[in-house]
Amino acid sequence: MDDDRPIFLQIAELIENSIIDGSLVEEAQVPSTNELAAFHRINPATAAKGVNQLVSEGTLYKRRGIGMFVAGGARARLRERRRERFTEQYVEPLLAEARKLGIGHDELMKMIDSFGAVVGRDLG
Amino acid sequence: MTAVVTAHGVTKRFGDVTALDDVSFALAEHTIYGLLGRNGAGKTTLMQILTGQAFASSGNVSVFDAPPVENPAVLSKVCFVRESQRYPHVYTVRHVFHTARRLFANWDDTFAHGLAADFQLPAGRLVRRLSRGMLSALGVTVGLAARAPLTFFDEPYLGLDPAARQLFYDRLLADYAAHPRTVVLSTHLIDEVSDLVERVLLIDRGRLLLDEDADDLRGRAVAATGRAEAVDGFAAGRTELHRERLSGLVRSTILDGLGPHAKALAQALNVELEPLSLQQLVVRLTVPPTTTAPADREAAR
Repeated sequence: MDDDRPIFLQIAELIENSIIDGSLVEEAQVPSTNELAAFHRINPATAAKGVNQLVSEGTLYKRRGIGMFVAGGARARLRERRRERFTEQYVEPLLAEARKLGIGHDELMKMIDSFGAVVGRDLG
Repeated sequence: MTAVVTAHGVTKRFGDVTALDDVSFALAEHTIYGLLGRNGAGKTTLMQILTGQAFASSGNVSVFDAPPVENPAVLSKVCFVRESQRYPHVYTVRHVFHTARRLFANWDDTFAHGLAADFQLPAGRLVRRLSRGMLSALGVTVGLAARAPLTFFDEPYLGLDPAARQLFYDRLLADYAAHPRTVVLSTHLIDEVSDLVERVLLIDRGRLLLDEDADDLRGRAVAATGRAEAVDGFAAGRTELHRERLSGLVRSTILDGLGPHAKALAQALNVELEPLSLQQLVVRLTVPPTTTAPADREAAR
């Protein structure tokens, strides 16, 4: 945990990432607050805050006395939300840096294409 | 929140020195606190008052709804691990555990011996023959195994190496998860505990400067670096804690007033923003501004 955002948000995002990349499937049980706290070496209350945020957003749901589980449809909803933020999070800073360095539109597109060709298999 | 400790207007004077100045706060149950501040800020004095080992000159302290001084009902629920705890001359590690068993209702002997093994503390060794680090390990072991509902660790790890400190943090988190209690950890190794503590109390020259969630303090201050006029533009109307210069470059430490607009503004001005760690924030809040910073001296030459 080492960027400037609150740890509870980072915990929530880590769980979201696991759901998006499929390592936590829908209806799977997520690690307990104490497991998260021990693994990331953070305060259990902070871990709980991250998990509770996902519960209030409907990504996780609680089964009393058992634990937290990934809600149905969570993956699709998370992907949709991440796509909405993609421009702001990735495209804008990319363009800002390109402008600063005087990289023009054509050159930038060529970079994306040639890099894309290398990782093309992964991107599908 | 259920408060296990409340302090109202606590002031402590030693002659004409004011060690604590009108300090008020509450400690919630089942919470880990970081009690931070420079040497001589008043941390130990505060803990002595909360554990009934010293009187406040004025103000009120209540621990488990009662005054702590000479109150066995209260003190049986309190464990205070001091930086330099003294033990009787003839005590071995085992004697210390034996005494602790009688003092603390929740004492777990198995846990204590497990911790002693982890820290490689020889149970039969005389306490006065322990190295500085082992003495600290003994204090930490007693503090954890006591499982007191209110536990104070005052700079518990003088002489403990990083591996032993990590062991302490891991055992503290695990045992706290299984047996929630209120823990007050006074330390200078802020970076090491900043993810561990839920709330931060910062004392500076006897006054309570901060009483906040540790997570809210993350990114609360930033270092803004860029060309002087750009940084001036960014810092305008914000609270500047500190400023450094290197030729045309300025680094300004700024408190609060961030948020999405600030990020956009910084980008437009070509100012780099870098979040301050809790440790850096504490340093900036508690170091008085120096009259001559090295860069200024350079400029004056």
